[in-house]
Amino acid sequence: MNQPVSDMIKIAVASGKGGTGKTYISTNLFYSLSKKNYRVAMVDCDAEAPNAVAFFESEIVGKTEVTQKVPVINSDICTFCGKCHEYCNYNAIFILPPMKIVKVIEDLCHDCGACSVACKSGAISEKPVSLGQVTTFSVKGKPSLLEARINIGVMSPVTVIKAAIKQIDNQSDIAILDSPPGTSCPFVQTAASADYVILVTEPTPFGLSDLKQSVETLKTINKPFGVIINRAGLGNNSVMEYLTHENIQLLLEIPFNKEIAVLYSNGRLVSETNEIFSEQLLSVFENIIENHGNSSN
Amino acid sequence: MEIAVISGKGGTGKSSISAAFATLNGDVVLADCDVDAANLYLLFDPFVEEEEVYIAGHKAVIDYSKCTNCKMCKDYCRFDAISLKNDKIVISEISCDGCFLCSRICPENAIRMVANDKSRMYSGSFRNGKMIYGRLAPGEENSGKLVNMVRLKAKQLSEENGMNIIILDGPPGIGCPVISTITGVSKVVIVTEPTISGLDDLKRTVGIVQKFNLLAYIIINKYDLNFSLSAQIKKWCKESNITMAGELPFDKNIVEAMVQGKSITEFNPEINISKKIKIIWNKIINQKT
Repeated sequence: MNQPVSDMIKIAVASGKGGTGKTYISTNLFYSLSKKNYRVAMVDCDAEAPNAVAFFESEIVGKTEVTQKVPVINSDICTFCGKCHEYCNYNAIFILPPMKIVKVIEDLCHDCGACSVACKSGAISEKPVSLGQVTTFSVKGKPSLLEARINIGVMSPVTVIKAAIKQIDNQSDIAILDSPPGTSCPFVQTAASADYVILVTEPTPFGLSDLKQSVETLKTINKPFGVIINRAGLGNNSVMEYLTHENIQLLLEIPFNKEIAVLYSNGRLVSETNEIFSEQLLSVFENIIENHGNSSN
Repeated sequence: MEIAVISGKGGTGKSSISAAFATLNGDVVLADCDVDAANLYLLFDPFVEEEEVYIAGHKAVIDYSKCTNCKMCKDYCRFDAISLKNDKIVISEISCDGCFLCSRICPENAIRMVANDKSRMYSGSFRNGKMIYGRLAPGEENSGKLVNMVRLKAKQLSEENGMNIIILDGPPGIGCPVISTITGVSKVVIVTEPTISGLDDLKRTVGIVQKFNLLAYIIINKYDLNFSLSAQIKKWCKESNITMAGELPFDKNIVEAMVQGKSITEFNPEINISKKIKIIWNKIINQKT
């Protein structure tokens, strides 16, 4: 059930470094594909800082709460044997047997269920707590944009991201996943559920260093990927040299342009007015389908 | 005094500003807490004096000579990490959370927990003091524990060397690694930019800072990219009672400095942006908490 739907292609747009233009690429790709009547959905997987919705005229058509279970320990039944504490690998259960104190630190709980298995006296039950929401937005009358959003103070966005990706309806042939930044768990979970990953970078030393980390990560999980260099012209040539040296496919170079930055800052879609950019993104897509896709159209 | 520099949205200029702060006056301890995309070492080329292993959790591994395919582990796993493929139990390394439950309930003792020991923490000297940075191995869980380890080392080096100021360059977002970066610090500097996304993320970042009752300062970077949004951010800060530390212009020299391995204030202390950063820094460190 968690396997990618075979006839839908999922493309994750990611970058190690933040602010390189992930959301810029994914929103414009989503827009350009929709305009060409592709059946496309988009998921904003950056659950800590979701922004994609701001670029579309949209309407909320659905919302689901994402929860995890946390243990509730009944201290009247508890024998203070300490087994739940021993089984919990996240230090989420605090116990002081002589004082007959047992407490659950909910923020540390990972919902693994080990404590319930450990408890032989039936003192542990579970209750749901909210981690965040998955909201479905309708864009141009189609419920095609999903947003993962964690509550402030929630430690990991992974559960909410997974829930959002699961909710992509099977009416779509293409899904664009706007990935969270970084190279750790949230990124890996997003990339792992995609068929192809577009890495967005900028031609600076910071951009290059983070790109290398992302490439290393994608290689360990065996995902095909290509690179878009955003803000080309700023910085230096080292990203280009790296791509050539490592034989990594360059999908597109987008020159730095202050006007684009201003349009973007106002929450505008550049591809709406810039046909050339729109066409470029479409050919990136067609290129990916040709080489890695499962002719879904 | 520990000062954390964070931003909800990535790429607002956190690290460039942290680097400038670290090279403005005297010796400091600089800790790169953005452990899954550490960058500051690129500017400062620190001399590494110590390398420590960080155990980023565990992964379950099956011993097929003992496994009887009873599927008990699959039924108990809540992370969808265990599946049956071609009549063989398979554990997905990506999905395994390292909770140990399968290894505990397996009746054949066929599951072993292996430590993820590829992540590292480095500490040493750079031209303006001491520096610490983490390197999370690709795909490891960034639980914030490595951030805690980096901060502990920073405190130790600060005490040993009599360097009173610790600058923490934080990760983007508002999750666990960010929380680990800001808990208990003296001051938090939030770097934002005048974009719709920037403002939206700023509000969530302020939310997390207020949840921990910390003193926050806002810097609007690249303020001249969008004057009306910059004005909106300032208005929002005023209404929410948050101190504006200052605004910085968009300046291509930031990238040029980075290419040369320098902070912007080292690259050219006389340009407008460098002068402004100095004023902002003085305001932040001199204001009584």
